Amino acid sequence: MEGTAAPPVLRMQGITRRFGSLVANDDISLQLAPGEVLGLLGENGAGKSTLVSILFGHYTPDAGRIEVFGRELPLGQPRAALAAGIGMVHQHFTLADNLTVLDNVVLGTERFWQPFSRRSEARARLLEVGRRFGLGVAPDALVGTLSVGERQRVEILKALYRGARILILDEPTAVLTPQESEALFATLAGMVAQGLSIIFISHKLAEVLRVAQRVVVLRAGRVVAQAATAQTHASELARWMVGQEVAPPQARPSEVAQRPVVCALQGVHTGSGRERLAGVSLELRAGEITAVAGVSGNGQLALAELLCGLRAASAGQVLLAGEPLRAQPAWLVAHGVARIPEDRHGVGVVGDLPVWENAVSERLRSPLFCRGGWIRRQAARAHARAIEQAFDVRGAGLDAPARALSGGNMQKLILGRALHAPDGGTPRLIVAHQPTWGLDVGAVAYVQQQLLAARDAGAAVLLISDDLDEVLALGDQVAVMHGGHLTPARHRQDWTRESIGMAMAGAVETA
Amino acid sequence: MRLEKRQATSALALALAPIGAVAFTLLVSSLLVLWAGAPLAPTWGALVKGGFGSVFAWSETLTRATPLILTGLAAAVAFRARLYNIGAEGQLYAGAIAAVAVGGMHGGAGFEAHPALLLAGMFVAAALAGALLLLGPALLKARLGVDEVVTTLLLNFIVLLAVSALLDGPMKDPTALGWPQSVALQSELELGKLVQGTRVHSGLLLAAALALGVWVLMKYSVFGFDLRALGANARAASFAGVPPLRTVACVALLSGGVAGLAGAIEVAGRTSYVTLDMSPGYGYSGIVIAMLARLHPIALLGAAVFVAGVLVGADSMSRLVGVPTYIADVIVAASLVSVLVATLLAQYRVRWK
Repeated sequence: MEGTAAPPVLRMQGITRRFGSLVANDDISLQLAPGEVLGLLGENGAGKSTLVSILFGHYTPDAGRIEVFGRELPLGQPRAALAAGIGMVHQHFTLADNLTVLDNVVLGTERFWQPFSRRSEARARLLEVGRRFGLGVAPDALVGTLSVGERQRVEILKALYRGARILILDEPTAVLTPQESEALFATLAGMVAQGLSIIFISHKLAEVLRVAQRVVVLRAGRVVAQAATAQTHASELARWMVGQEVAPPQARPSEVAQRPVVCALQGVHTGSGRERLAGVSLELRAGEITAVAGVSGNGQLALAELLCGLRAASAGQVLLAGEPLRAQPAWLVAHGVARIPEDRHGVGVVGDLPVWENAVSERLRSPLFCRGGWIRRQAARAHARAIEQAFDVRGAGLDAPARALSGGNMQKLILGRALHAPDGGTPRLIVAHQPTWGLDVGAVAYVQQQLLAARDAGAAVLLISDDLDEVLALGDQVAVMHGGHLTPARHRQDWTRESIGMAMAGAVETA
Repeated sequence: MRLEKRQATSALALALAPIGAVAFTLLVSSLLVLWAGAPLAPTWGALVKGGFGSVFAWSETLTRATPLILTGLAAAVAFRARLYNIGAEGQLYAGAIAAVAVGGMHGGAGFEAHPALLLAGMFVAAALAGALLLLGPALLKARLGVDEVVTTLLLNFIVLLAVSALLDGPMKDPTALGWPQSVALQSELELGKLVQGTRVHSGLLLAAALALGVWVLMKYSVFGFDLRALGANARAASFAGVPPLRTVACVALLSGGVAGLAGAIEVAGRTSYVTLDMSPGYGYSGIVIAMLARLHPIALLGAAVFVAGVLVGADSMSRLVGVPTYIADVIVAASLVSVLVATLLAQYRVRWK
């Protein structure tokens, strides 16, 4: 900011970008010094992704200018950004699984008309870059065989190979275990020592404090604060991010030791590839939240789909209150299973259909809402209105298409549909897969409170989440998934962050 | 250039979209009329008069609209559920043949039964023929992921050749002097005329009633919800408990059945026997009509009358001013394209760079 020591490598000034009436970036200015790690902190939807997309040329800003190494950057051209030395590592990797590391790195760097690929030259350069920045990866390994941490290293190598001197990392730890994250942080420190500058995007406070020298906080598209990390602390950052003090829900651990088993999985196998269960056993008890941690893509989706009636076990047994579970959503709903899917837009609601139809869609076949194949509209709409009021679904009204709802309101609608039974009963089992993903802090607290309330009312809750903080905050029992295996569920107090991290990486025997 | 979804779609824009579309269509086809060397006003005058200008013109237009309503309905129902049934043409012929098989004068007499019973049997047979013809491709799609556009489209040719074989074989009318045409329907099975001295028949009322019925079914029944949910988001529909296979099968039976009925109603209302040119592509025009009506069963009535009027009007216009009747195809095609574009523009905003 002072800029006395060295001229900044990157200067963004007055960046503004609107999407319709939404102002995603509102007059944002920031600078990046050489050899600096800048943390870009903000909630989901605060405008972080839009800002770096503008920097990398994916979007053109409505106003503002960007200078890189003192030179004006042509806007809206990824090619120009690359040429200026900006490298981007996306949250979701852009690698071809069936090519080698070398192929992936070289891809796109050679000219179309060049008659032969200069392999040996490229290999030498890749090894050199790897050595210099401490990123060892075998050039001839197939990317499909690499671990997630290794893939991320390939992504970083790809950027460095192209001569990046400013590296943008978008939520780089979202897919890593705690141990892999540590390794990444060490790598970043080494790269900064070599004179690289890094923008580290995250919504996790602790990480930003750990990695960055300076932090810029975005909220609702504006820069609300910036500070040196040495002169601030987590609660101050949280207040900036959220705009008000937010008390996390107080999870009082459930006290009774032995409660009846509502749902039991015994040696369940299903699915194949990354989305599989390989002999999973688990008991879900009434009045208890069982939280399943793990890096996403290790079989959590298979587990959720199994208990949502979308998938059957190929071996093993699933019992719901002693009865074999049927792979039929309608059967599950009728037997008191409340289901909250991970992908609320793609699976949770039918966006083109009105809110009220979505609110009753699961129970449309029950005699309460259907007579002789015809929908009992009045009863159905009355129930939808009850859900709308009980769960405070705002914004669209009953007849608007469900896609008009914001993420938080859509999740409230899904929660209401699942939890608010027309007969006033509480669900027997709740299956919640990433129920707070992508929600703002207020909505997160609301969803978590609803789950806790349902637990206290006697429901068995299965919470599948890759947010470790959420797992530790809500889970009475915690189990960890890796590669389709599930560790035995243990009391929350019997785990440490480290032991969970080890289990997430598959380092613990599942026996 | 990029498209951005508008935050809110204004009702005014959606209402103005069809008007803009009509204006654009008029402009494009006027250029072609000028190119053909005909004067604009008399040409358009002749077309409108030929399609809608007299009782006779209306009667011809409505006669033409009858099968179009039904094939349009077949397409609209299926497309709503994302089952792309391009086979209404084949289903129509299958229905027509089935109708003649039940109600035809085989060996100079045909089946003996009460006419009302026979008529009902004839319609049921026609609907079944069309329905079963679509059921195969629908199940192949649902179970094995076979592209139904390909299977239904190619089935059209198979059905047409099969009909051709029947018209030269077991169904051939021995009194037709060698023309490939089927035996005629028993005369008491023919549908009554709505207006004496014209060709409009009671099949029109049947088609309109069916459209109304399908609309009610789609809006108020659980099956209608299943159909709309499955078409809009299949994964969310299954999650909510919509049975995908059963719904797809029922949609196929409904869509194919309606297309089959179109064949039976054409035979009973207009031709009274099957020939290979009884449908000038009604099955395909039905797709255009369904899209024009944005898959809405009631709007479809208007779209079918519009297209039929243009086709009929172009015939008489062509005789008067010498512009080829193909101008009708241009008008229908241009109106479809411009309705699609106009609807898109009402919902999206174009951003240049």
